[in-house]
Amino acid sequence: MNYLEFEKPLAEIEGKASELRAMGRANPEMDVEKEAAALDRKASEMLAQIYGDLSAWRKCQVARHPDRPHCRDYIEALFTDFTPLAGDRNFAEDHAVMGGLARLEGRAVMVIGQEKGHDTKSRIERNFGMARPEGYRKAIRLMDLADRFGLPVVTLVDTPGAYPGKGAEERGQSEAIARATEKCLALGVPMLSVIIGEGGSGGAVAFATANRVAMLEHSIYSVISPEGCASILWKDADKMREAAEALHLTAQDLSGLGVIDRVVKEPVGGAHRDRAAAMAAVGALLAGWLKDLDGKAAKALRQDRRQKFLAMGSQGLAA
Amino acid sequence: MNWISNYVRPKINSLFSRREVPENLWTKCDNCGQMLFHRELAANLNVCPNCGFHMPISPADRFAALFDGGVYTEVAVPDPVQDPLKFRDSKRYTDRLREARAKTGEKDAMLVAEGEMGRTPIVAAAQDFSFMAGSMGMYVGNAIIAAAERAVKLKRPLVLFSAAGGARMQEGILSLMQMPRTTIAVQMLKEAGLPYVVVLTNPTTGGVTASYAMLGDVQIAEPGALICFAGPRVIEQTIREKLPEGFQRAEYLLDHGMLDRVTSRLELKDELVTILRMLLRLSPQVRGDLPPPEAPDAGTEAAPGGKSAAKPAAKKAAGQKK
Repeated sequence: MNYLEFEKPLAEIEGKASELRAMGRANPEMDVEKEAAALDRKASEMLAQIYGDLSAWRKCQVARHPDRPHCRDYIEALFTDFTPLAGDRNFAEDHAVMGGLARLEGRAVMVIGQEKGHDTKSRIERNFGMARPEGYRKAIRLMDLADRFGLPVVTLVDTPGAYPGKGAEERGQSEAIARATEKCLALGVPMLSVIIGEGGSGGAVAFATANRVAMLEHSIYSVISPEGCASILWKDADKMREAAEALHLTAQDLSGLGVIDRVVKEPVGGAHRDRAAAMAAVGALLAGWLKDLDGKAAKALRQDRRQKFLAMGSQGLAA
Repeated sequence: MNWISNYVRPKINSLFSRREVPENLWTKCDNCGQMLFHRELAANLNVCPNCGFHMPISPADRFAALFDGGVYTEVAVPDPVQDPLKFRDSKRYTDRLREARAKTGEKDAMLVAEGEMGRTPIVAAAQDFSFMAGSMGMYVGNAIIAAAERAVKLKRPLVLFSAAGGARMQEGILSLMQMPRTTIAVQMLKEAGLPYVVVLTNPTTGGVTASYAMLGDVQIAEPGALICFAGPRVIEQTIREKLPEGFQRAEYLLDHGMLDRVTSRLELKDELVTILRMLLRLSPQVRGDLPPPEAPDAGTEAAPGGKSAAKPAAKKAAGQKK
């Protein structure tokens, strides 16, 4: 279990409880269970209290939690017959972007998402979920394939942002992102997006210009990272707490602004505390949305998407 | 504290130091260091006559040079909600907006206009880097949508001059949502079969490059313009290696297949007219400096909410000199 810095008091209590139980196992004559159970209760109260009132910056930390379920986990848990499809047919296969044919409750769909990796090796291979132009062009190719064969597109968004690198720029990072957004808008099939962790700027928009967009309760979606914003506007990268508040990047804020359609509740203590339950909640939402939109005319779906984004921003935060 | 104020008696001093003219008569070229007289520089569209360096130009000055006789009509842009997030860093966003408005005399970072360019009716939009780094917030999004809708209504091409540091952070997620919104505007033009030409000017970066500024049917850039998604400083910090000479400049992008052309501001109007008239299957253009169209174009009066007062040419002198 990885603890975040604000979970330290919790780590202590949970650590004590497990120490106590280990002691009990070593000395069967000792009765530790009562005391351990009391600690458990205290821990779960504390957990509920901490997670019931997370600041924007803490939400950023939870959204980036290394144990949080990632794209690959969702695909394994929610989809069957997943058949990865690779490459942009121009330059390379981008391992930051997963995608392929799969079934969601039996219905064939195209699933695409950014994968951050779960250990050092896979994180490097996945480039920490930061796609290069090839990743966006692969996504465009898969969306196009889905469109031609009438398959709904489901995207799982989890990226710090598009990769800022020399080669990525030379090969047209911005053009690739712009074309991916354009493709999302042109689809004649339903498109559903879930921000499962970090929705980092343009790199996220390129995957999330969908008919329906949901965010997990402790995920974030922002024009810039709080660190980046702090270093530009506060001229001090350590002001990320202030920047996170000011940016209004939480699921609750975005729901209030009408930018997303749904906030998916996470288990107490965040998705990483009960991965299966968190993923099941997303699965249920996607299945419901798919039923609502499946079979609608291509023109109506395009129009629905367009209207949704054109209307966006006509209201600010409620005073 | 020069020698005059130190040694010359007050009365004589006042004779010497009296200024009847504004101070910014001379501009130093950022590239070659040449001191340039303001009239000469303005007549040359803010391009250094010595080295060809392209300095920023305001949307109003650009339009004055672009449209025949410098005559154009502004297209009204719907006002968005102001400061939707009540954003405050070291300063309030509303204060930053007020300062930028006072400095530029414009409402926000984009101006939209309709008129004739080389006797070719167009709609044009120009981004103003001097207004909060040209950043794209809801106003800019609304401006591009208004420009596209006007172009579709009048069946005219849209020419867009981009210049921006990226999305406007002070509008948070709503600035990010201008990426899909402006992409919808581009799609409206495509569906109507109308040309959309982008002229990228220095600098065009971030979310602006990753949306409408890279989706043109024809992509032209002014010489030396910085065009990128992630800025060179960010990349150097990420990869910790020195970037090549000219990296992310217009010529570099041209070499890497990301642009159609790099064209001097002084030749831009002719080139735009030539390209658009071919795309629109019109007869070859009439060359030379044209006076304003005789009758105000038919669309003007029908413009809902459009400002009907045509702006007189600020740049007539420039045109006559050539």
